[in-house]
Amino acid sequence: MSESSIKSVEGITKESTQEMIDEALAIYPEKAKKKRAPHLAPNAGEGACVKSNRKTVPGIMSARGCAYAGAKGVVWGPIRDMVHVSHGPVGCGWYSWGTRRNLMSGINGVNQFAMQFTSDFQEKDIVYGGDKKLKQLLVEAHELFPLAKGISVLSECPVGLIGDDINAVAKQSAKELDIPIIPCNCEGFRGVSQSLGHHISNDTIRDHIIGTREFAEPETPYDIALIGDYNIGGDVWSVKPLLEEIGLNVKAVWTGDGELEKIAATHKVKLNLIHCYRSMNYMCRVMEEKYGIPWLEFNFFGPTKIRESLRKIADFFDDTIKEKVEAAIAKYDPMMQAVIDEYRPRLEGKKVMLYVGGLRPRHTVNAYADLGMTVVGSGYEFAHGDDYERTSPEMPEATVIYDDASEHELEEFVHKLRPDLVGSGIKEKYLFQKMGIPFRQMHSWDYSGPYHAYNGFPIFARDVDMAINSPTWSLVKSPF
Amino acid sequence: MRQIAIYGKGGIGKSTTTQNTVAGLASLGKKVMIVGCDPKADSTRLILHAKAQATVMDKVRELGTVEDLELDDILKVGYGDVKCVESGGPEPGVGCAGRGVITAINFLEENGAYTPDLDFVFYDVLGDVVCGGFAMPIRENKAEEIYIVCSGEMMAMYAANNIAKGILKYASSGKVRLAGLICNARKTDKEYELVDALAKKLSTQMIHFVPRDNQVQRAEMRRMTVIEYSPEHPQANEYRTLAKKILDNKMLVVPTPLEMEELEDLLMEYGIMEAEDESVVGVAEAAAK
Repeated sequence: MSESSIKSVEGITKESTQEMIDEALAIYPEKAKKKRAPHLAPNAGEGACVKSNRKTVPGIMSARGCAYAGAKGVVWGPIRDMVHVSHGPVGCGWYSWGTRRNLMSGINGVNQFAMQFTSDFQEKDIVYGGDKKLKQLLVEAHELFPLAKGISVLSECPVGLIGDDINAVAKQSAKELDIPIIPCNCEGFRGVSQSLGHHISNDTIRDHIIGTREFAEPETPYDIALIGDYNIGGDVWSVKPLLEEIGLNVKAVWTGDGELEKIAATHKVKLNLIHCYRSMNYMCRVMEEKYGIPWLEFNFFGPTKIRESLRKIADFFDDTIKEKVEAAIAKYDPMMQAVIDEYRPRLEGKKVMLYVGGLRPRHTVNAYADLGMTVVGSGYEFAHGDDYERTSPEMPEATVIYDDASEHELEEFVHKLRPDLVGSGIKEKYLFQKMGIPFRQMHSWDYSGPYHAYNGFPIFARDVDMAINSPTWSLVKSPF
Repeated sequence: MRQIAIYGKGGIGKSTTTQNTVAGLASLGKKVMIVGCDPKADSTRLILHAKAQATVMDKVRELGTVEDLELDDILKVGYGDVKCVESGGPEPGVGCAGRGVITAINFLEENGAYTPDLDFVFYDVLGDVVCGGFAMPIRENKAEEIYIVCSGEMMAMYAANNIAKGILKYASSGKVRLAGLICNARKTDKEYELVDALAKKLSTQMIHFVPRDNQVQRAEMRRMTVIEYSPEHPQANEYRTLAKKILDNKMLVVPTPLEMEELEDLLMEYGIMEAEDESVVGVAEAAAK
């Protein structure tokens, strides 16, 4: 496990962090306090120091999504050459349409379908069942968009409540229309967060997709798949060229700007490189067990981690790759140093608090360190124990770790730690900006990006500098 | 306007009893509406002489949305100026029948089906209250008066007691009250005494004992109530008596449902059930030999 270059923060001790946590908890009723306490802890440096993946405590604002969000927004939605049907009433699909900034190439309606498809349930569909409507919808979608490679059917809550058998409809329609139709039973009420939606979606890929296609080109020893990169703000378009530059063939991307048939042929690659562990580790394990494909976690945020990850990747391959990796590092290091030289003087010593999803609460820690900044608090909306195990070594000692944090807790921590930047989501953005604290949305890259790989780091550095050093903040009068 | 819900075990004769009683009330000059709350939609056929009335949900399905529906599409008038509505719903195994009841009753409310001239609204509800939808008729501002149709059969009495438990839940938070048991006789042993005893245990009354008579079937074959088919027949009198008793009924109670053991004791007392022999529980026939 790689480790952070910053090991401690002046003024932060195990005791000071615990005191801050206790103060934040003080306002809660006894029962809520008891439930929340294990989810907040000073970083112990190893192991999972907080409890996670539990039901959110009601009555305090949570930033979590639902299983449908995990399936539609994260795993299935970014696959560009498919039609993704939000099956149920119109709202779930409509209000999640295009909000994640998973960018897509291609021509809309021809080989890319970033549109909003829904079965738009009415009272009659609840009472009589929506299966006939779904069947008709699938026929129409296929007629309207014959080039779509497949259709995913993503269940919203009512479908599960009334017990519609979407699996039977999908099976029959797939046969009749002769395209893959994937039923995904990702009703929002299932599980405690979007995390179960990721898992369910991985299972549907396992059951319906993987191994059903072959790559057109002959196999090579350098065939890999890029897993768990969703092309937020164009991340994949920064990562893929770098992996190609070091001699690897990126045969499939899961699932940012992804293509169904390539995903279906991924059982033929030699190595799976996984960026977002939380949302895709399930299929990496399946491919390892079923097809013997090894998988490797890597981190392409900031030059230090990129360098480290490239060398780890090179260890899987022969000398030609190792040489290319060293050549790439030698080529990009000076460029990255130039970025650091420009921004670091303005960012040195600044403190950051993070509260995000999948991998960023740990993966970006060292990118800030590259810019001279320290992450003084970090946490996830929907992580599990294995995520926190991976987080502890990345964070400075005794800094606060929070799981499924409430707005109240974050606010308390911010008051105490007085960070120079908060990186979180749209729900938190205005709270902290009104407190006069620079903020970046770190789910969507705040209308910017990419942040991954060498092309991403200069943009990341610029955005962080722009947020923190904007003269706007000197004009904001805040009680903070 | 008095709103009355009729519950009871499946097949006990709720729809037949309801329609004959409503015909009785109509013959006494009362204005009545029947709202069938069962996807089978057989709550109004005797009043309308129809095989099956077009239901609210049928029309919703046909028109696409409930917003396009008009009251005239689904409200029919039959014998004695009785207004008839059926909620309708899916065939077994698909969709959500409970939601159909909710949709239908909401529609009736929003579109002014509950006119002030009505003296009675009767809800004829599916046998088992399997989900919230089938409790819709006894939610706030709906039926406050419930009659349970039962007989001297053991399962019918179990069901009646269970329904009383459901009423107790709603009674504690609202105005729903149990108004009586209607015994639709099956000619079982000591039927009158047994149902009467059960009613007393539940703190209510057996409001009427409707004897078994084939005249009901003869009328039903003609899709008619006994009151319309043969007004002079003694069975017609029974239903008129029941109607009169309901009209005059002031006994509305919060029920006191029995524990399983009390209920079994009651059945044993009347010789319907034998004392339990724990030594035979879970022992197969072959093993017992």
